[in-house]
Amino acid sequence: MAGSHSYPGTTSPPARGTARKLAPRAGCTTESPLARRLLIAVALGFIGLVLLLPLAAVFVQAFKRGADVYFAALTEPDALAAIRLTLFTALIVVPLNTIFGIAAAWCLTKFAFRGKQWLITLIDLPFAVSPVIAGFLFILLFGAHGWFGSWLAAHDVQIVFALPGIVLATLFVTFPFVARELIPLMQSQGTLEEEAAATLGAKGWKMFRHITLPNIKWGLLYGIVICNARAMGEFGAVSVVSGHIRGETNTLPLHVEILYNEYQFSAAFAAASLLVAVALLTLTAKQWLERKRL
Amino acid sequence: MSSRQYRKKIILWVFIAAMSLTAACGGGTAGTKTGGPSGTAAAGTEPVVLQNVSYDPTRELYADYNKAFAAYWQGKTGQSVTVKQSHGGSGKQARSVIDGLQADVVTLALAYDIDAIQQAGLIKEGWQTRLKDNSAPYYSTIVFLVRKGNPKGIRDWNDLVQPGVQVITPNPKTSGGARWNYLAAWGYALAASGGDEEQAKEWLRGLYGNVPVLDSGARGATTTFVERGIGDVLISWENEAFLAANELGKDEFEIVVPTVSILAEPPVAVVDGTVDKRGTRKVAEAYLEYLYTEEGQEIAAKHYYRPRLEKVAAEYGQRFPQVKLLTIHDQFGGWAQAHKKHFADGALFDEIYRR
Repeated sequence: MAGSHSYPGTTSPPARGTARKLAPRAGCTTESPLARRLLIAVALGFIGLVLLLPLAAVFVQAFKRGADVYFAALTEPDALAAIRLTLFTALIVVPLNTIFGIAAAWCLTKFAFRGKQWLITLIDLPFAVSPVIAGFLFILLFGAHGWFGSWLAAHDVQIVFALPGIVLATLFVTFPFVARELIPLMQSQGTLEEEAAATLGAKGWKMFRHITLPNIKWGLLYGIVICNARAMGEFGAVSVVSGHIRGETNTLPLHVEILYNEYQFSAAFAAASLLVAVALLTLTAKQWLERKRL
Repeated sequence: MSSRQYRKKIILWVFIAAMSLTAACGGGTAGTKTGGPSGTAAAGTEPVVLQNVSYDPTRELYADYNKAFAAYWQGKTGQSVTVKQSHGGSGKQARSVIDGLQADVVTLALAYDIDAIQQAGLIKEGWQTRLKDNSAPYYSTIVFLVRKGNPKGIRDWNDLVQPGVQVITPNPKTSGGARWNYLAAWGYALAASGGDEEQAKEWLRGLYGNVPVLDSGARGATTTFVERGIGDVLISWENEAFLAANELGKDEFEIVVPTVSILAEPPVAVVDGTVDKRGTRKVAEAYLEYLYTEEGQEIAAKHYYRPRLEKVAAEYGQRFPQVKLLTIHDQFGGWAQAHKKHFADGALFDEIYRR
């Protein structure tokens, strides 16, 4: 399979299947078949109730008043503007965070320096902070009464309640996704191959292209997919900095909320179904990449 | 080896296709942006964009009104005007304008929220006297929405404190509409007790004791009552009650108008700081003044706001029954006073709601 670069010296995990053979034939639990089935039924029922039913409900609601209403809701100018804005934001944010993620992971796993652990912790900051707080941070910095507010106003630059604010907020929230995916992967791969390349005279970029990138590519794609899903779905931080101007600073998740609050349930769920579609695509890609990565 | 290269190529092409697709879409956004609030437009024949920052229930009203105004302005000056809308909780919207949301005009739920923008220096003092009727071109009041057939027999305020009646009203700490609700109830209680504040407090404690959930906004409360089916009576803006009764559940609800209620004036104002910077003062002022014309009043009445103009009011007289309306000014000494006495931390509402 592609991407299976192993080298002597590492202990490879036991081949699949060996563990299964060791298990006792009667199963590892001693519960009666009835209890076992009951437990399985409860688990499946729970999954159905909590995951599958709401998912189905979105589509049922979206198409409740027919396909005409569904497509009308998606091609209405405000909806199109919301879709465009969401795609555009993701298009800026995902490449930037990909570059950052690779650079951070490279720096943190291939070099040793003081304060490294601190830096890793710092990258996780957006995971630890509530998105609403993240949004307010940008208001505090770039709002009219924020730290840079008067300077921005004097130069007629609008950051919050405009596209730059939305991009910044999304950037902040999705900051760790790619890096977090790559760091453990690159840590486990170690620096042996890069060292070998260096002794053969490879310089930084060549080393990266021929050794590091092929090693991490599936993990990287996985990180990008997750980062993209979050960038398109972000609600809290974007809601704070958006200003909710229809047709201009409303992203798709905000558009869904607004429609719902206006009692336009079919339209709200039509827009929501797009986000669910993104989620399903993400899951499919994730499944595929996960198999590739092993 | 060759299959891997082939696969690489496919991934590359998919990636490029996705990029160019989003770039094409994104180009559109960037294109429309240039005409947006960032561009300065002089009053001439250049197309102009106005930003109206409003509160939750006015979306349908202004969607209609913007079209009418655009036609009127085009006819009068030859200039085409696009009005962009932003809606949300009134207090939150005021906060956004203070933090830098570029609003040419604000059309909010309470004067208190516009006062806050004035205190931030974006609107000049005395804004409320610049237009007629305290700068509120339409008004509304607080009414009750009950379920079909009025099973609990709710006729007036006193029926709301009976045991076993569930009342839905949002939290006055966060919702503009809820403050009107609270003040209307207080006004009734004070009149009923002959001005005895202790008795009025006791009555309000009974009322809020019947409230199972305090939603954070008026829309949330309506959804609780209409969609989730909780409660026997919703205390609500009249326009919101009409919307629920006529468009959400036909024949599921009835509107009950109490004997006394409050004059709820959602005011409008030009944001001086923005219009002077963008050069949109003339069109922004015309936008608000047009609300007072017959056509503007007609649109307001159509969307269940009570019109000021006699002629239109007479035409819609059937829809809006006469009620004795208390005013925030005479009864409560203005919003600043009312806020201090009732809604500030540790003030009357906190005292009443603490159990």
